[in-house]
Amino acid sequence: MEKKIIATTSLAGCFGCHMSFLDIDERILDLIELVEFNKSPINDIKTFTKQVDIGIIEGGCCNSENIEILKSFRENCNVLVSLGECAIMGGLPALRNGIPIEECLKEAYLDGPTVRENKQKILPNNEELPMLLDNVYPCHEIVKIDYFLPGCPPRADLIWDALVALVTGDEMKLPYEVIKFD
Amino acid sequence: MSTTLRFKIDGKEIIAEPGQTIVEAARANGVYIPTLCNFEGLPPKGCCRMCTVKLNKRYMTACTTPVADGMEVESNTPEINDFRKGIVELLFVSGNHFCPACEKSGNCELQALAYRFRMLVPRFPYLFPQKGIDASSPKLIKEQNRCIMCKRCIKAIKDEEGRSYFAYQNRGNKLEVILDEKLGKEISDALARKAMDTCPVGSIIYKELGYYQPIGKRKYDKKPIGSDIEIQQ
Repeated sequence: MEKKIIATTSLAGCFGCHMSFLDIDERILDLIELVEFNKSPINDIKTFTKQVDIGIIEGGCCNSENIEILKSFRENCNVLVSLGECAIMGGLPALRNGIPIEECLKEAYLDGPTVRENKQKILPNNEELPMLLDNVYPCHEIVKIDYFLPGCPPRADLIWDALVALVTGDEMKLPYEVIKFD
Repeated sequence: MSTTLRFKIDGKEIIAEPGQTIVEAARANGVYIPTLCNFEGLPPKGCCRMCTVKLNKRYMTACTTPVADGMEVESNTPEINDFRKGIVELLFVSGNHFCPACEKSGNCELQALAYRFRMLVPRFPYLFPQKGIDASSPKLIKEQNRCIMCKRCIKAIKDEEGRSYFAYQNRGNKLEVILDEKLGKEISDALARKAMDTCPVGSIIYKELGYYQPIGKRKYDKKPIGSDIEIQQ
């Protein structure tokens, strides 16, 4: 059987879902027999080098770079999976939804209780920096997402079950104990 | 004259007493009909529509409909379960339900219903409404982001004179359940804890309790909501 190709990324996430992915422990040896990794922080490949079968997205979209990466995943992956609460509903970063961007930036860089050395009162605005979006968006509100794996982080068993099902073409089992929102 | 009634839920015969509602009779016979705004010991309100069943080709709320002899109720069908799942999804998108950061996660009835109906993602777009938090009471936090307006606290938490500690405020999409400012300052410890337990979600939180149960030991970690009723049979 030809190996399936996987790509992963973390958008507005904390890498917790990737850590949970690594929690499949020694099963990762079985996984390596089944799949090959392309663009992913796990192997540090930065750009797509071929068409990918399964793209795994951690985190929602909070800035223009997230949108760009998410769209490139949609273009280069046959199947996209939203992994974790942030990808599915914005998660913790979405707590800022409804608060004006200016207020967020001022709190972070000027007025916050832990701000010390910003005497010139500069807000980051270099053109190299991605632009913040008005809100944090769930991935499926930006591009079409095919599968959703909830959890914060999703249980390693859930990720394993889902991945095996996607690679082998079987149906996902998803038992009650592994579908959790926290 | 016989004092028992017989009717059917999804073809299963149910024996009931006159005056019972469909939910009560089903529960006594080991059939679980999902409920959310309904709370044992309180008069049913039928506002969340979670217990919707099909009776005589019409949709009825099973928590407010009294039983009648010979009626045939449809409850656990794909069509009705999809309605119920849709209600859960609507509640999730119309509030700010950040389960990972919620003290009630694992013991929350809304979340448990989402688990039971296998909700992976709501079919509706998230609204992210702007809501506040009232922490002025020394005992309680009223977290409006998580409130589903089920009215359970308004009906259950009353003082000796029958005054509710909680009340509706505003109308339409500005509707909120608030804790009375004056009564909230004087609320007793026992009543404050009862208020937290009455709330199906994490909208009423007893202060300084935090995350008191470890993951894996909470109410709905291992078993779906309603499984305690279904096991009886």
